[in-house]
Amino acid sequence: MGKPYGSMPRKKVPRGEEGSAMDFAILWDFGGYAQYSVLFYGYYNSQRAIGWLKFRMPLSYFLVGVGTVAYSYMVVIRTMARNANEEGGGDDTSFNFSWKIFTSWDYLIGNPETADNKFASITTSFKESIVEEQESHKDENIHLTRFLRVLANFLVLCCLAGSGYLIYFVVRRSQKFALEGLESYGWWERNEVNMVMSLLGMFCPMLFDVISALENYHPRIALQWQLGRIFALFLGNLYTFIIALMDEINLKREEEEVVKFNMTIWEASLYNGTLAANVTAAPITVDPADVPRGPCWETMVGQEFVRLIVSDTMTTYITLLIGDFLRAIFVRFLNYCWCWDLEYGFPSYSEFDVSGNVLGLIFNQGMIWMGAFYAPCLPALNVLRLHVSMYLQCWAVMSCNVPQERVFKASGSNNFYMAMLLVILFLSTLPAIYTIVSIPPSFDCGPFSGKNRMFDVIQETLQSDFPTWFGKVFSYASNPGLILPFILLMV
Amino acid sequence: MGNKQTIFTDEQLDAYQDCTFFTRKEILRIHGRYHELAPHLVPMDYTNEPDVTLPLALIVNMPELKENPFKNRIVESFSEDGLGNQSFNDFVDMFSVLSEMAPRELKAIYAFKIYDFNTDNYICKEDLEKTLNKLTKEELSAEEVNLVCEKSIVEADLDGDNKLSFADFENMIARAPDFLSTFHIRI
Repeated sequence: MGKPYGSMPRKKVPRGEEGSAMDFAILWDFGGYAQYSVLFYGYYNSQRAIGWLKFRMPLSYFLVGVGTVAYSYMVVIRTMARNANEEGGGDDTSFNFSWKIFTSWDYLIGNPETADNKFASITTSFKESIVEEQESHKDENIHLTRFLRVLANFLVLCCLAGSGYLIYFVVRRSQKFALEGLESYGWWERNEVNMVMSLLGMFCPMLFDVISALENYHPRIALQWQLGRIFALFLGNLYTFIIALMDEINLKREEEEVVKFNMTIWEASLYNGTLAANVTAAPITVDPADVPRGPCWETMVGQEFVRLIVSDTMTTYITLLIGDFLRAIFVRFLNYCWCWDLEYGFPSYSEFDVSGNVLGLIFNQGMIWMGAFYAPCLPALNVLRLHVSMYLQCWAVMSCNVPQERVFKASGSNNFYMAMLLVILFLSTLPAIYTIVSIPPSFDCGPFSGKNRMFDVIQETLQSDFPTWFGKVFSYASNPGLILPFILLMV
Repeated sequence: MGNKQTIFTDEQLDAYQDCTFFTRKEILRIHGRYHELAPHLVPMDYTNEPDVTLPLALIVNMPELKENPFKNRIVESFSEDGLGNQSFNDFVDMFSVLSEMAPRELKAIYAFKIYDFNTDNYICKEDLEKTLNKLTKEELSAEEVNLVCEKSIVEADLDGDNKLSFADFENMIARAPDFLSTFHIRI
């Protein structure tokens, strides 16, 4: 189904790039053969119906994109509703001590060692609750606490503003590099944007953690503040990235105008001197690799997202290996010849960071949602990456991590994470929807090439594939006067 | 699978199925467990309803109950004489209430009985202290125990008599998220 590689201009590596199309460096950057493959938007043909089954490819591309987003919304909201039902109102602390006394012993325990562990953990749990109870009765210096909290928030805001500006600056620089041609720069310049974003994502949360020591909150509340700040950081970074991308899209579209103009000249030169003016010529066979190409902004967007995700993955793995594994080796083996006890003091083994990992997963998913329309195979790649991540992190946790010291019931945050996922879903589908609705697709690549807007494919399908009366009914039904009351009714 | 068993009459088995949450097979299996606690005391033929009780010390050594800090109170609560001597009916009753098929309200009733050490139908401060000491193997200091028990009474006592009546207890346990999963023994 669909034309194979090499049969059309959009499906073949251009002549000029053929020499380097198999280079590992080019492939790692998703150029060369990787760019002209089903991985990206630009490869797909805009033929309305393919094969003897008359498969409507552009329509299906559009509907699959929209359908996955709609399905994701349904799944997330349904999960949130189910969680809310089960928890029955969330984190209830009204019978803390009573519940601890009457429901903490597990009657199924039959093994003496398990029983000993259980006794110890119950005792610890009581001691912790007692300490918490005593702390809440302490008289605090309200003014000092408030001042410190305001100061902490101010520092955090400075941090966020700083990181936003840094990314903007780096993106501007990379545009300058691109204009001057990427060949004259080394690896760092080429990957500057992605590396800076990943490094910020690594170090800023640690900074927030240190700042939050000023605030003196209960661990559960401190955790929520921490998560909120990391969320804001990632969101700011992502949106700065997208704005920079928009700039690049506009650049590419201007380039496209120039290329379109040059195409007419090139076509004329093909027929140069071989025919008279008003004769429709027999098509001259030109090798698809030689046809001049428009810059395909959609493929460029897809490539940027795939690169971002790859660099994010690499950063996670490297942090894991260095931060957890090497540290554990260092602590374990150098402990014999070190002056102070490495295992209890600094640096000791790293703790398993539940919230950080969950946030990482949520943001990974957000990036997939954003890029999936322009790089259709991205979800498949992500499934692969998730499998590898799972095994790697499982091994890392078992061999290098210790559990967190302060054990508190964070399970009331289930809906909190789901709510974050919902917000990310909304925010990440926003850019894609904006580009679909407002930017005309490239003229020579992708399933919507030649149309004025991508969603015109629906209009086209309605007109040509359905009987005429259906079109009339639909146009009456899509009258705003009818749709608005319907929406209000649903709300 | 014919009626080859000769331990109970059919009417007896039906009655057991009605009164407990067990099936025929499970009741026969539980009888097997009861029998192996004291093979010379417990007859294999229950058709004429023998009046046999096993003492507390034997039942409390079952693997399901051995590690439980409240094993004595559990067996006492399900015995007719209140001293822990259980007939087979009491035995099967006990495991039926503690199985996962029993409803929350029924479990709450028996949980209240178990934690009421002095059997005065109220969980007073001394009962709470005993419960807590059994739970922590007396690792907490006296003032910590005192603090916890007082906090618990403040939390759960609704009628202000400084002890927990069954109504207070039930109100508190109804909203406990872990009660059903921890108050469960599988036999």
